[in-house]
Amino acid sequence: MEASHAISEAVKMIKPDVIAAYPITPQTHIVERLSEYVANGEIGAEYIRVESEFAAISACLGAEATGVRAYTSTSSQGLALMFEVLFIVSGMRLPIGMTVVNRALSAPINIWNDHQDSMSCRDSGWLQLYAETAQECFDLTVMQYKISENKDVLLPSMVGLDGFTLSHVYEPFFIPEQKEIDDFLPEYVPTHAILEPEQPLTLGPIGFPSHYMELRKTQVDAMEGSLKVIEKVFKEYSEKFPAQIKGTRPETYYHIEEYKMDDAQVAFVAIGSVCGSIKDVIDVLRSKGEKVGLVKIVTYRPFPMEALKKSLKNVKKIAVVEKALSPGANGPVFEEICSLLFEAKSDAEVRNFIVGLGGRDVKLDHIQKIFDMAKKGAGKKQEWMF
Amino acid sequence: MAIMGFPEEEYFACGHRACAGCACATAVRWITKAAGKDSILVESTGCMEVISTPYPETAWKLPWIHGAFENSSAIASGVAAALRAKGVEGKKVVAFGGDGSTYDIGFGHISGAFERGENFTYVCYDNEAYMNTGIQRSGATPFGASTTTSPAGKESAGKIEWKKDLMHILAAHGSPYLASASVGYPQDAFRKLKKAMETPGPTFVNLFASCPTGWRMDPSKSIEIAKLAVDTGSIPLYEIIEGKHFINPQSSDLSKLKPVDEYLKMQGRYSHLFKPVRREKELAMIQERITQNLQRIIDLSAKGF
Repeated sequence: MEASHAISEAVKMIKPDVIAAYPITPQTHIVERLSEYVANGEIGAEYIRVESEFAAISACLGAEATGVRAYTSTSSQGLALMFEVLFIVSGMRLPIGMTVVNRALSAPINIWNDHQDSMSCRDSGWLQLYAETAQECFDLTVMQYKISENKDVLLPSMVGLDGFTLSHVYEPFFIPEQKEIDDFLPEYVPTHAILEPEQPLTLGPIGFPSHYMELRKTQVDAMEGSLKVIEKVFKEYSEKFPAQIKGTRPETYYHIEEYKMDDAQVAFVAIGSVCGSIKDVIDVLRSKGEKVGLVKIVTYRPFPMEALKKSLKNVKKIAVVEKALSPGANGPVFEEICSLLFEAKSDAEVRNFIVGLGGRDVKLDHIQKIFDMAKKGAGKKQEWMF
Repeated sequence: MAIMGFPEEEYFACGHRACAGCACATAVRWITKAAGKDSILVESTGCMEVISTPYPETAWKLPWIHGAFENSSAIASGVAAALRAKGVEGKKVVAFGGDGSTYDIGFGHISGAFERGENFTYVCYDNEAYMNTGIQRSGATPFGASTTTSPAGKESAGKIEWKKDLMHILAAHGSPYLASASVGYPQDAFRKLKKAMETPGPTFVNLFASCPTGWRMDPSKSIEIAKLAVDTGSIPLYEIIEGKHFINPQSSDLSKLKPVDEYLKMQGRYSHLFKPVRREKELAMIQERITQNLQRIIDLSAKGF
C-alpha cells in the first residue's frame, strides 16, 4: 500500500472522534481515504470538511478542548496557514495529532518534497517525529497519540513524511489487530482542559507579563520531559508489535536510528526518506573499507541532544544532509548539531549539505559526493547539491 | 426578581475590566443569559476577551474558550462536532466576537461554518471599529466616521466606504435565522438572542453595542445612543427567518424617524461633520442612505420576501 494509506489506516485504528481537514497536494490521498472510511461507516469520526487549513486546525482545537481525540493533516502552504494556531494549540496544551506530508514552500510554487514547511514550525511547541518508510508512518501515527496524550506531556504532535517520495510510494507494511491497538492506545480521557457546563472552565485567557513566562516555562518543561515519555512509548510499542517485515523499521524505535555507526569515522546525519538512499551508499562504501555510518533523526522536537551526543562521540567528520534552510544562516539541523558538538567539546568537522529542495532528486551520486567532500573536510560550511 | 423578562442568573460576573459605559459588556451579559447554563461559549480575540480573563481571574461562569482573532466560528464547529461525537444533546454552542473579527478577519470562517450548516449561534457585538487596538476602521465602520485609520482631515470626512451589509451576505448562505438588534432595545435584543439560540443550524445576531471610548461620547448615554441609532434609522431592527424579512415596528415607518443629526452630534467620531463647518454633502449622503436602506427592508418585509 501507499505510505499515505499507512497513515489513513493508522488514523482509522486510533479512532479519532473528530477529523477536520482541508485538501492540499500531496496530503490528499490521506484525507480522501479517511472520507471513504467515514462514508462507508468504517470509522465513527465526525469529519468536518472545513474551508481552509486555518479552520482545520481551529476546529481540531475546539474539538480537543471539548474532550475528544482530534486529527488533521496538511502540507506546505497549508501548514504555513495554520502557523498562528499551532502556537495556540500547544500553549493550551491540547494533544492534537497531525500528519505533515512534507512539501516545499512557495515561491515559486512547488508541490514536491522538502522539509521547509515543518522545519519552519519547529519552535511552535509541537512534538515532531519523522518517518522514513510506510511502516514508520503507520507506527509513528499510532505512537504520536500515546505520547501526546500522556498526562506528563499534553502537547500536540506532528508526524512528517516526505511528499511523493514517500507518501505516494507503495511499500509493504504490517498492520496489527485493532484489539491490540485499542490495548495500546486507550480512549482519550482529558482532565486538564475540557469545556463542559458541569464544570465551567475558562480556556485561552489573556496572560499578562506577570504570568506569561511561568506559563511558557511549564510548556517548555513538558516538552523536555517528553523525551523520556517518547522513549518509553517507542520501547513499549516495539515490544508489543515486533518488526514483521525486514528493513521497514528499526527493531526498537528510538529518538535516533543508527546505521553502521559502531566504528564510524564519518557520519551522515539526515531525516526522512533520503536515509534509505544514504544506507545504500553506506553499504557500498563499507564494502570498500570506509568506516561510515548514518544517524537518522526520528525525534526532532524535542531535540534528542544526549542521544545524538552519544552517537556522534567518536566521529571525526559529519555531513548534515538537509532538505531545509534558514536563509542567512545554515540549515536548522546543522545549527543544532554544531551546538551539541560544542557542548560535547567535540573537534569533529561538520558540514552542511543542502539537498532535494522542491523535490529535486537526491541521487546516489550526490550522496557519494557528499561523502567524499565530508571525508576531505576542507571546503565551505554549506554546500548545495544541485 | 427577573427584570424585563431577563433571567436572574448571572453568568458574566461583575468586576471585569471594561470601560465605564461599555455596552459591549452589557451585550455579552445578555448573550450569557440567553444561552443559559447548558452552553459553551467561544469568543474571538477582542475587548470582551481581554477585559474578562486576566489570568488567573475570569468573569465567565460558563465554559468559555478563546483561540484567536479570526477563528471562533471554526473552533465552535469543532466544539459542536465533539459534542456530536460524544453523543451529548441539549447543549448550546455560542460563538461571538466584535465587528473586526466578524465582518473582516473572521468572515471567511463564518462563511465556511454557515455553508456547512453548523449548529451554533454567532453573535457579533458590533461597535463599528477595532476598539481594542485603538479605534481603527473595520468593514462595519459607517461612512463618515473618523477613526484612527480613517481620520477626518482637510481632505477627508472620515471613512469613505459604507458599512458592509453582513446580514444579507449571511442570509445568502441559507441561514434559518438572522437578526439585527441593538442594546438600545433590550427586550427585543434578548428575544432575538433567545430565538437565534433556539433555532437549529447556523444562526446570527448582529447586536449593535455602543463604545463610549471609541465613539468619543458620554459614557452615561451608551444605552440612549444605541436606541437613538435605531430611532434615526441608522441601525434598522429586523429579522430574516427562513429567508423572509420581518422588520421591527421601530424601523418600519420612515415618517417617524428622527433626523440623523441628533444621533451623529452626540459622538466625537462624527464631530468633523458639524465643526468647524457643517458638511452638508456628507450629511445628506448619510440621510439618503438611511432612507434607501430602510425602504428596501420595509419593502422586502411587506412583500413577504
